[in-house]
Amino acid sequence: MFKIVKKQVLAPSVFLFEVEAPRVANAAKPGQFVIVRARDHGERIPLTIADYNKELGTVTIVVQELGVSTKLICNAEVGDFYVDVVGPLGNPSEFLHLDDSTLKSQRFLFVAGGVGAAPIYPQVKYLYGKGASVDVILGARNTELLILKEEIKKTCNNLYVATDDGSEGHKGLVTDVLNYLITSNGKIYDNVVTIGPMVMMKFVALCTKKYGIKTIASLNTLMVDGTGMCGACRVSVGGVTKFTCVDGPEFDAHLVDFDEAMCRLNMYKTEEGKKLKEEEEKNHQCRIGRYA
Amino acid sequence: MADAKSRVAAKEQAPELRVKNFKEVAMGYNEEEAIAEASRCLECKNPRCVAACPVSVKIPQFIKHVKDADFLGAAQVIHEDSSLPAICGRVCPQESQCEGSCIRGIKGQPIAIGKLERFVADWSREKGLIVNKTTVSNNKKVAVVGSGPAGLSCASDLAKFGYNVTVFEALHVPGGVLEYGIPEFRLPKSIVNYEISNLEKMGVVFEPDVVIGRTISVDDLMAKEGYCAVFIGSGAGLPKFMHIAGENLNGVVSANEFLTRVNLMRAFDSDYDTPVYVGKNVVVVGGGNVAMDAARCAVRLGAKVTVVYRRSEKELPARREEVVHAQQEGIAFQYLSNPVQIIGNAKGWVEGIECVKMELVPSKDGGRNSVVEIPNSNFNVSCDMVIMALGTSPNPLISSTTPGLKVEKWGGISLSDPSGETYRKGVFAGGDAVTGAATVILAMSAGRKAAKAIDEYLKGISCN
Repeated sequence: MFKIVKKQVLAPSVFLFEVEAPRVANAAKPGQFVIVRARDHGERIPLTIADYNKELGTVTIVVQELGVSTKLICNAEVGDFYVDVVGPLGNPSEFLHLDDSTLKSQRFLFVAGGVGAAPIYPQVKYLYGKGASVDVILGARNTELLILKEEIKKTCNNLYVATDDGSEGHKGLVTDVLNYLITSNGKIYDNVVTIGPMVMMKFVALCTKKYGIKTIASLNTLMVDGTGMCGACRVSVGGVTKFTCVDGPEFDAHLVDFDEAMCRLNMYKTEEGKKLKEEEEKNHQCRIGRYA
Repeated sequence: MADAKSRVAAKEQAPELRVKNFKEVAMGYNEEEAIAEASRCLECKNPRCVAACPVSVKIPQFIKHVKDADFLGAAQVIHEDSSLPAICGRVCPQESQCEGSCIRGIKGQPIAIGKLERFVADWSREKGLIVNKTTVSNNKKVAVVGSGPAGLSCASDLAKFGYNVTVFEALHVPGGVLEYGIPEFRLPKSIVNYEISNLEKMGVVFEPDVVIGRTISVDDLMAKEGYCAVFIGSGAGLPKFMHIAGENLNGVVSANEFLTRVNLMRAFDSDYDTPVYVGKNVVVVGGGNVAMDAARCAVRLGAKVTVVYRRSEKELPARREEVVHAQQEGIAFQYLSNPVQIIGNAKGWVEGIECVKMELVPSKDGGRNSVVEIPNSNFNVSCDMVIMALGTSPNPLISSTTPGLKVEKWGGISLSDPSGETYRKGVFAGGDAVTGAATVILAMSAGRKAAKAIDEYLKGISCN
């Protein structure tokens, strides 16, 4: 059992949790993920580690309510327990292997969408702390859904914002900002890291490929066990099938077949929808006749 | 009196009923039936069945006790050599082991040794009569990695020797393949849980949600957590694919994924949150026990199922009983056929599988027949789901994070001694992690052998 010690609302239906998981916290590195089960009959849900504290033995996750299982995870309160938190899974970020002097000369651009802002935060913090130049583009549907903006702003050189409705920053896509920075603003980047919705990462990859900038994407595929056992997380990278859980979750974005990945991600959409409907019907208390 | 040449039939759920539920298919013998079947045993002086058993259960002796209606005596005899009889009685490939070498089998049916073993194990479990002795602790800690058959049997013996044993499991429940792989209708999970709670009563500690190699390394278990020795029984969990076109289409899954969703996550039960996609027309590729398990689960979830296998019925590696059960349940078999590509629709979902006809060619050295493609014999099978059951290989997570461990080319952990010693001092291994995918009984045997080797090793050194 894994105790929840902190809960914070980051945006409507987006929550941050700090969970006691000493073994995971002790081994965690940026870029890795955990699998969480909220309750005994629960589904195993992969979530990127947003932060960790080895002294306190806690890991931080950021979760958006999307279906039954993420809703259960989000409904937990401080003092409650998740039945399982297992990890850290997957490979740590590639830049962890770079030595400090190399990092100082590197120029990074992070492009995050929605809750993707959570997993980039520890990476941005780490790189900025090592003296690398770090710019960040955050994208969201609207200003309300922008998360961790202030935290990220403090640990990077420049923060740019794009919202679909223009309620904050640029009205439009993160790729508009990306194009602008490079073509009109004369920015030069050695590395781009993108985390967010699959479709956003696809277009970021297409854009950076045009400029020839090395780009890493962290994939959020379907998973069951997260240890290489099931293959639900299969993804084509450079024409070769990889398992996101053990070969990733970070891959060269220019080699990822995003169309296939998006299609695979939707495999359970209908099943999930069915389940959510069932659950709502179960919880719905019929009021007809109550006042008769 | 029954004909001594044929065995006493064991009751089974009728096919038309069982395809609608996940309850156990084989219902086992009652006392009278067990005694009648036991009476067929010839009590050979040089029993070939014992020699064919990977753990050398004293088969004629336990059967003699059954014959005399002394079921407790029978249980005690089995227990001397096997730590998981209720499981082995159900899932061992008896026809190629004990029963396959039974003298009775020459002119009739061999003794139903598996069913008798199961009867005795179930009887003693239900009566609560076999209680493992707890031993005084010697305060030496041993870590067991993986809680499948190898890990469970190793932990059981180590606890009997007096060690403080912790079993680390990557998934959220212990049991390994017994839990995620073998379906409820073949091995009820209540039996697996019983065996695990027995070990807990002996003082074995289970720590789920720990992925050795990620959560903590073998090095740290020994250096930081004070384990004097480590047994690796992490199994063979990586699914194989064919690397043909269309394999990443939606609706194409590994048998591991399908079985894990159904067995471990219990997706067949609406009280559980994990979904499972099941097609209307399912093709299962492969002919082993895992293929049969996947096919029979799919049938129970409402699918029409065809097993595609590249050799003929005779070569099916699955237990005979599973094949017969699958056939009774209406599963079709397309023999001598091999997939060449999977066909998808515009939405990225599978809609068929293209196969090629195969031909058996006798091998020159007298071994298993090999198969070759028949040119221009391609044909399509339309389907909306393909389950790949092509076998599994060991997970490299532990071998790649444990310095000093040597690994075979195909991923199995190399042993420096058949007893289970690896090339890394203090680290032992056994089961599928060493041999590649094999059987429950072989893994159990390896676990017990390694427990003995660990005991020998730790007697000779000071630890803590």
